[in-house]
Amino acid sequence: MTTTLDTAAAASTRSGRRHLLSVADLDHAQIRTILDTAAEMHGVQQREVKKLPTLRGRTVVNLFFEDSTRTRSSFELAGKWLSADVINISGKGSSTSKGESLRDTVLTVAAMGVDALVIRHSASGAAHQVSQWVDAHVINAGDGTHEHPTQALLDAYTMERRLGSLEGRHVAIVGDLTHSRVVRSNLLCLRTLGARVTLVAPPTLMPAGIGSWAAADGFELSNDLDAVLPTADAVMMLRVQRERMSGGFFPTAREYTVGYGLTRDRLNALMAANPDAVICHPGPMNRGLEIAADAADGAQSLILDQVSAGVAVRMSVLYHLLAGEEGQQ
Amino acid sequence: MRPDSGVPDGASSGGGPLPTSPTGAPTSTDGPASASTVPAGAPARAVMSSADVSRALRRIAHEILERNKGADDLVVLGIPTRGVALAKRLVAVMEEVEGRPVPVGALDVTMHRDDLRRQPTRSPMHTDIPATGIDERVVVLVDDVLYSGRTVRAALDALSDLGRPRAVRLAVLVDRGHRDLPIRADHVGKNLPTSSSERVQVRLEEHDGVADEVRIAGGEPR
Repeated sequence: MTTTLDTAAAASTRSGRRHLLSVADLDHAQIRTILDTAAEMHGVQQREVKKLPTLRGRTVVNLFFEDSTRTRSSFELAGKWLSADVINISGKGSSTSKGESLRDTVLTVAAMGVDALVIRHSASGAAHQVSQWVDAHVINAGDGTHEHPTQALLDAYTMERRLGSLEGRHVAIVGDLTHSRVVRSNLLCLRTLGARVTLVAPPTLMPAGIGSWAAADGFELSNDLDAVLPTADAVMMLRVQRERMSGGFFPTAREYTVGYGLTRDRLNALMAANPDAVICHPGPMNRGLEIAADAADGAQSLILDQVSAGVAVRMSVLYHLLAGEEGQQ
Repeated sequence: MRPDSGVPDGASSGGGPLPTSPTGAPTSTDGPASASTVPAGAPARAVMSSADVSRALRRIAHEILERNKGADDLVVLGIPTRGVALAKRLVAVMEEVEGRPVPVGALDVTMHRDDLRRQPTRSPMHTDIPATGIDERVVVLVDDVLYSGRTVRAALDALSDLGRPRAVRLAVLVDRGHRDLPIRADHVGKNLPTSSSERVQVRLEEHDGVADEVRIAGGEPR
């Protein structure tokens, strides 16, 4: 598996296409390139005419086997603003519900002649698997509990716009680490950009074996949110993923909020320690569970900036994957 | 000089893939690439010195003002990267002559190019449109080398997405001929007859860290 953005000479996959499957495949320079291009795309987003002709004649298929509002519509807008033709296929209501396998669905879609497949699936590694089957650029829009690369890129982009360079900045990622695909992508992205990262979760939601990864990569783990907050430049709250839980991770929602929610009291403590600290959430939020309304809606909240940055970052990713000569048939 | 100024069709020596940029420098779509693709052959020879460049720019600045009857409604937009430096220099002269500020900015054309699929992906450069906007203005596009005309075509497309200028004019430091499209410059620093196997290199102090110079490299020795 090799993802290459911008390096035309880089090693290729079976089909010789460039993909975005994991943040682990991106080096510092490639992340920098994506974020810098995203900044230019963000400029376009502010204009009256938001359309660029760059991907005219290209076709992007959003293949979503899991529910999504922001990621799917964000990819759709990104493709459309670059003049690509975009179609959406969701798992529900497609042949998948008639029992078609992932492979058959993907090959059927690919046979129509698409240039890029944006895929979300509940199985970790689905995007990688798909990239082995098809002759199109594959973008991972979330695979199970594995990764969600564009979310990490847009988080980094959003935080950088407020905080400046993330080098040496302290980012706390708080919440349901076990079921989150955002956390792995974010960890990889932030570490590559030189940020200090602390993962905070109740012991039951710490992924098994993360201790050795933390030791090897130099990030920190904590079960005590109140101890971490005072030194944080950014706090990223993760959604408690009730749909992935079969129960037993914490006694009650209330107890979770008391221990790990960004409550009004914790918000005040954070602001007292560092008035410039920012708050992120990849959405959708469980208001009152992991994040209080004051934290979600205040001036220090970047949550809507994240959404707006999402389109710019995805435009950048689509551009870098699809625009170059390798895409020529 | 942007790589495109020398790379229409087969100019990438032997039809092979373009040289890939060195690792970690994906944004270097400019200078280094042109320097590394100079074909072996005649050594580079200077065709404009620093003083020549300076005189040409002063003349162009005066021409623009003369044609526009002053600086009213002018917006000067450089095409990255060296066009931006040239635009700033032109505006400095105009402001000195007219005694008032002239809006200057940058217009990146990467996303509007027609040759994106023929080259490794390049990163877009910064676009900076002055707060005045371009509606009903006289926009002067500035670039270093006019060659195929494809960059200018892309710039015209980019402009139409940003607004509706009253008029668009084109100022270039060097016109080397070999147009692919019906495009001409209104203001030219130097007309430079070249063969298409030669490469024109523009060096600007603020961009390249060396004294201003225009050189021709490659091609058959004369």
